[in-house]
Amino acid sequence: MIRQLFKFREMLLVIIIAILLAVFSTRSQGFATPGNLANIFNDTSILIILALGQMTVILTKSIDLSVAANVAFTGMAVGMLNAAQPELPLMLILVVALGIGGVLGAINGMFVWKLNIPSIVVTLGTLTIYRGMAFVLSGGAWVNAHQMTAPFLQTPRQLFLGLPILGWTAIVIVAVMYLVMSRTFLGRAIYASGGNPTAAVYAGIDVGRTRFFAFVISGTLAGLCGYLWVSRYAVGYVDIAAGFELDTVAACVIGGISTLGGIGSVAGAVLGALFLGVIKNALPVINISPFAQMAISGSVIITAVIFNARQERRRGRIILRDRGASEQIEVAA
Amino acid sequence: MKLLKQLALGSAFAFAMLASQAHADTVKIGLVVKSLGNGFFEAANKGAQEAAKELGDVEVIYTGPTSTTAEGQIEVINALIAQNVNAIAISANDPDAVIPALKKAMARGIKVISWDSAVAKDGRIMHLNPSSNELIGKMCLQLAADHLKDGKGDFAILSATTTSTNQNTWIEEMKKQLPNFPGLNLVTTVYGDDLSDKSYREAQGLLTSQPNVKVIVAPTTVGVLAASQAVADAKKIGDVYVTGLGLPSEMAGAIKSGATKEFAIWNPIDLGYSATQIAYRLVKGETDGAPGSEIAAGRMGKIKVGDNGEAAMADPFVYDAKNIDQFSKMF
Repeated sequence: MIRQLFKFREMLLVIIIAILLAVFSTRSQGFATPGNLANIFNDTSILIILALGQMTVILTKSIDLSVAANVAFTGMAVGMLNAAQPELPLMLILVVALGIGGVLGAINGMFVWKLNIPSIVVTLGTLTIYRGMAFVLSGGAWVNAHQMTAPFLQTPRQLFLGLPILGWTAIVIVAVMYLVMSRTFLGRAIYASGGNPTAAVYAGIDVGRTRFFAFVISGTLAGLCGYLWVSRYAVGYVDIAAGFELDTVAACVIGGISTLGGIGSVAGAVLGALFLGVIKNALPVINISPFAQMAISGSVIITAVIFNARQERRRGRIILRDRGASEQIEVAA
Repeated sequence: MKLLKQLALGSAFAFAMLASQAHADTVKIGLVVKSLGNGFFEAANKGAQEAAKELGDVEVIYTGPTSTTAEGQIEVINALIAQNVNAIAISANDPDAVIPALKKAMARGIKVISWDSAVAKDGRIMHLNPSSNELIGKMCLQLAADHLKDGKGDFAILSATTTSTNQNTWIEEMKKQLPNFPGLNLVTTVYGDDLSDKSYREAQGLLTSQPNVKVIVAPTTVGVLAASQAVADAKKIGDVYVTGLGLPSEMAGAIKSGATKEFAIWNPIDLGYSATQIAYRLVKGETDGAPGSEIAAGRMGKIKVGDNGEAAMADPFVYDAKNIDQFSKMF
């Protein structure tokens, strides 16, 4: 029975997170109280949403390194929009955020789909371009708390059944993504085009187009997070979320999403993000030297990757991956 | 091209005419800023005009390029030389690039000083720093003490990265001067890396793990803002205060929410005032501005010139709910 449970990587992560919480609560009282756990979940919400976008892209055998830059650009844009036009309703601002994010994601997707450029190269480029655009847009100026309107700042903080709207947003996105990945054609196509592109092509799936849509999903979610980020920290500046793209990739890797594509689940990405969130929230309260903190975060991620690699070796679902990949190139040519 | 040259010549001639028409006894000081249209420098000009009015026989020419380039400043300096100013006080866009133009000015007897952003040693008589590391450290401790009852209690520092030079210098100065503030106790120093999410989390961590900490001092704007937001979100406004160094426009929200009662940064009005005062004294020959000399600067008291011809103006200026609206519009 227990062996059966351990077969699921997600279950294992749940247990590890539970052990972490138990260990941390011995060092800092009140760490594992329901209130604080809700706080941690709320704090991790943005990472969860971004990790789900990243997961969608990684499942198709691609990677999106521009998510954090997308967050920064969209965040700056909606922050400035709110400061300049305070009378605009929040719903409209949200739509603008989703739209900008989606367009930025679509730009990545077009390069990958139509020009066949490796996604790591495309998004490494757009990562600097989007952040540069955020600078051009704002001229380096900040959007400050007193320039933003109360609804813009306060809505994600409103409590609903004990959890802020920010946390609920993450829950809704998780539910939607779960349905998309498991119940829609696009979801299955995403798994197929990463797991075995050749078979996917034979099954009538346009792999490039699927990747394009994966990037659009990732971009749209990043756009949403742009608003959430600026509102949560009540300040918009060019460097927001600097380096955060690596956190989203780390969350996916920890959550068991294979960087080679095709393997992974929504639950895995969420748990991977929560795992990072627990560690990030615990490190400041358990009196560990700030110099050791970075080393600890890094070694945890490497441990997860090693574990991931071992885990994958045991799986035998994808046969002849290398051959499948080389045939994919022939098909594309 | 020819037309341009003629225009340039013509305008230079016109300037010269204007210059000769000015009253012979008036001291003309060119206040050169990094760029026009920047609130910080507009405020400095306000201070310069105040000094001019106080001194009486001074005319301040407030000028600068439209964008923050050294080339633009060189043009401006040349124009000022043509106007026969008595002194130039510059906040330089580049410490070296403006030197040849400034040397040309000094060769014609114009007294050159730099303020805010320094010119390298060769290109000026002295440089006026808004403050010094020592004064900043002292001010941070003073702010912490002001937020605590009777100035006694625990506080924590929220810094940027562990490797940030100026942050570490300031923290070092704070530790050095801590014995001068009996009862003030530094519990810990945490690092938010100047990232809003990490700073927020570190502040949250302080709130839970160090319940005795009543003041968080952050010598960086991102830190003060994130900590203020964390305190506001934890509903601990009035119980825990956040203070430190930041620009008024960025800090206005935190002051309004009540998480920060007061914070400090240099005052551009005082800076422009002092620069004008010093330039005036140099022109009048009351001082030579050499290292070791003391220069009277009106309401700012005496400013002492230290090594390298650098002087520190004063303690950083304290901003609170009373003056934040006025200054948050400026910079």
